[in-house]
Amino acid sequence: MKPFAITLDVGSSLANKTGSWRTEVPRYVHRMPPCNDGCPAGENCQQWLFHAEEGDYEAAWRQIMADNPLPAVMGRVCYHPCETACNRTHLDEAVGINAVERFLGDEAIKRGWTVTVDAPDSGKRVLVVGAGPSGLSAAYHLRRLGHAVTIYDAGPAAGGMMRFGIPRYRLPREILDAEIQRILDLGVELQLNRTVTDIEEEMAGFDAAFLAVGAHIGKRAYIPAGSAAKVLDAVSVLRSMEGAEQPLLGRRVAVYGGGNTAMDVARTARRLGAEEAIVVYRRNRDRMPAHDFEVEEALEEGVLVKWLSTIKHADEGKLLIEKMELDESGFPQPTGELEELEADSLVLALGQETDLSLLDSVAGIEVVDGVVQVDERMMTGLPGLFAGGDMVPAERTVTVGIGHGKLAARCVDSWLRGEPWTHPPRPDVIAFEELNPWYYADAPKTVRPQLDMVRRQSTFDEVVGGLDESNALFEARRCLSCGNCFACDNCYGVCPDNAVIKLDEPGPYRYEINLDYCKGCGLCAAECPCGAIDMEQETV
Amino acid sequence: MARQPIKFFQVGSFAVGNRLLDPYERSVQSDERRSNTLTSGHRACQGCGEALGARYVLDAAMRATGNRLIAANATGCLEVFSTPYPESSWQLPWVHSLFGNAPAVATGVAAALKVKGRTDVRVIGQGGDGGTVDIGLGCLSGMFERGDDVLFVCYDNEAYMNTGVQRSGATPPAARTATTQAVGDEPGNVFGQGKSAPLIAMAHEIPYVATATIADLRDLEAKVERAMDIRGPRYLHVLVTCPLGWGCAADESVKIARLATQTGLFPVFEAEHGDVVDVTKIRRLVPVEDYLQPQKRFAHLFSPERRDDVIAAVQARADRNIERFGLL
Repeated sequence: MKPFAITLDVGSSLANKTGSWRTEVPRYVHRMPPCNDGCPAGENCQQWLFHAEEGDYEAAWRQIMADNPLPAVMGRVCYHPCETACNRTHLDEAVGINAVERFLGDEAIKRGWTVTVDAPDSGKRVLVVGAGPSGLSAAYHLRRLGHAVTIYDAGPAAGGMMRFGIPRYRLPREILDAEIQRILDLGVELQLNRTVTDIEEEMAGFDAAFLAVGAHIGKRAYIPAGSAAKVLDAVSVLRSMEGAEQPLLGRRVAVYGGGNTAMDVARTARRLGAEEAIVVYRRNRDRMPAHDFEVEEALEEGVLVKWLSTIKHADEGKLLIEKMELDESGFPQPTGELEELEADSLVLALGQETDLSLLDSVAGIEVVDGVVQVDERMMTGLPGLFAGGDMVPAERTVTVGIGHGKLAARCVDSWLRGEPWTHPPRPDVIAFEELNPWYYADAPKTVRPQLDMVRRQSTFDEVVGGLDESNALFEARRCLSCGNCFACDNCYGVCPDNAVIKLDEPGPYRYEINLDYCKGCGLCAAECPCGAIDMEQETV
Repeated sequence: MARQPIKFFQVGSFAVGNRLLDPYERSVQSDERRSNTLTSGHRACQGCGEALGARYVLDAAMRATGNRLIAANATGCLEVFSTPYPESSWQLPWVHSLFGNAPAVATGVAAALKVKGRTDVRVIGQGGDGGTVDIGLGCLSGMFERGDDVLFVCYDNEAYMNTGVQRSGATPPAARTATTQAVGDEPGNVFGQGKSAPLIAMAHEIPYVATATIADLRDLEAKVERAMDIRGPRYLHVLVTCPLGWGCAADESVKIARLATQTGLFPVFEAEHGDVVDVTKIRRLVPVEDYLQPQKRFAHLFSPERRDDVIAAVQARADRNIERFGLL
């Protein structure tokens, strides 16, 4: 008889299923990147950057278009909360998401990329009132969902505040026109110079309506003024820039207010030839509501600011200013100290209000602080009447408006089909601490070129330039892909047990764990750069 | 000289692969056709750095030699966890003899291949730090001085882990092992003992000596490839984390090895014919405390009372490496 041991045939250790050692199991997950979380238009920034990283700009653009029909506009006028939230700020500087978006938007216009309506005709008709960002966005999404859409706008051209509020040097009109035309080409009907006075009456021929009339009325503050004093409001000044006659502001222009509109007017005044454009603001720079880069660009162009000042009295050619000081809680308090400021005109930029007269006769509409209340579906008190943009309670930006339009379109769609609306589930946001930043190569942000100063002070040419192909690609590749796999193969490489499988045809995930051999050591999760693997307790 | 770093592609040369790179620019480990020389089902602990290091080295050597490779293995963890009779995890011709004679066995295999005229088939000898730095050092030195065509790879986990974590000549000062307990005025392994096998190898003025870790795969693969381009004796010393013996979490294997390099405690360099020709610079310098703190073998430096004097002495060793090899 042979001894026991040497009678055994040599075999592979593959017979030894070490998966039985495991107490924790890795799972590939999709987490919410902070850029997506911060985007008021609900863009999937991480996903479109993923396509852009590969140089597939068309796929990247189509990913944006799933949420936002105005990428080239967005890449210029958005205040990019995505970049404020970007995890890369903890490493060096935020990814220039906005700059890449603009590149993609411009590329689409250059190459004539278009989208199609793939949904079958629903037979439903939806009225959209207002052709601003919110109305256009709603019209676009509703049309793509198969509905017939008609837009009424009171103005002579579509665009709303994008045309009649944002100066050309920030948003060239041919860009705006191209993106609006692309929406209309989907079969959206646009009727201009069409003022709606009674919405309920107008809704007769429609199955639902979306209201987005904006906030076009400049707020007036009571300022004692002599009869010859020239006092204008910012909204009218900016609107008249689109007309045949440019506003006459004079040699020295004072602008009252501290928001983005105040900066826009002051910078516009400089370009119209004002030797001095002075912003009068009652608090200090820390507390200014205008965005930092807007203030910075305005100061660069020679706009002056009188901080901690209010206007007591306006007269021909001069203003009476009172100095203020901030109390402990940061509110400005008068000091009684007065001074004179020479100014040919005073432009009030103190915020805007909405004209809600078209809702006067409608029962069930709730208006609080001058804005219309809507539920989580963006629906007003009147069933089938939805509202969004500057006329509902929210931050007043183009991006927020576009987001409202998208949300409202989806809710209108479900309402028309008689289905309840549920918000899609949101995964947890992934924090910088959950990444493994060692793996990211060092790469500082690409700065967009700016127009030279002389032309910034005398023309309405666009101030901020775009990226070219090579630096847009570089910028896209700075993305950390937070919480979403970008196929770096780290998990596949660092597993001591060869228990990670690459999938030939990636579905939602590109890899799979071989549970026969995974010992649950957690190296894949620890060494995943972007935090796309979680360790979970193994169930017995 | 060492590899060219890959121009910026999100993760540069740091990650294992990258979908944005051409396949020929990716690592061996990112390739689905890699040999998996050490295949699944082996009995190494969770998160074993040595299992990882051995597969990294041998897969790269397999690609470099067109799969014409034989390995001779010393006794140790690597041998025990991979070949409990009758199973084997090795997917290449592999021979094991004794604890101390792996370099001599490798020499013998190389000599036999030479006699048979099979110079296309290459030989790797491999073992842990016990089999290399202590017990096998005589055979290793002989292999070097005879000029045998063997790459010898030491997977250094800084103690005899297989037999229960006893001190070796590669155990760092202050580390607690079964034979250097954390007691007395100078707890753990004593300062001033031990040896550097890479420097001993360099003293033989052999064609190629290099160090590497499991924390920098692209660097490790480049060094294996470079070594397989050279004929004659070559030596590769790879730092591999032992979660069990070092007392760190299984998922920290790669991180701890990375910290060993980023403190300066483990210098990563290449030498030819006795001279250092290239070093991997420290990318994010950290104090040694960051490396010591997560490991239970150094826990006595932090509690019950902090031993700043000992931590300072470890830091001085790191500083000396930084100075000596120009790591910054």
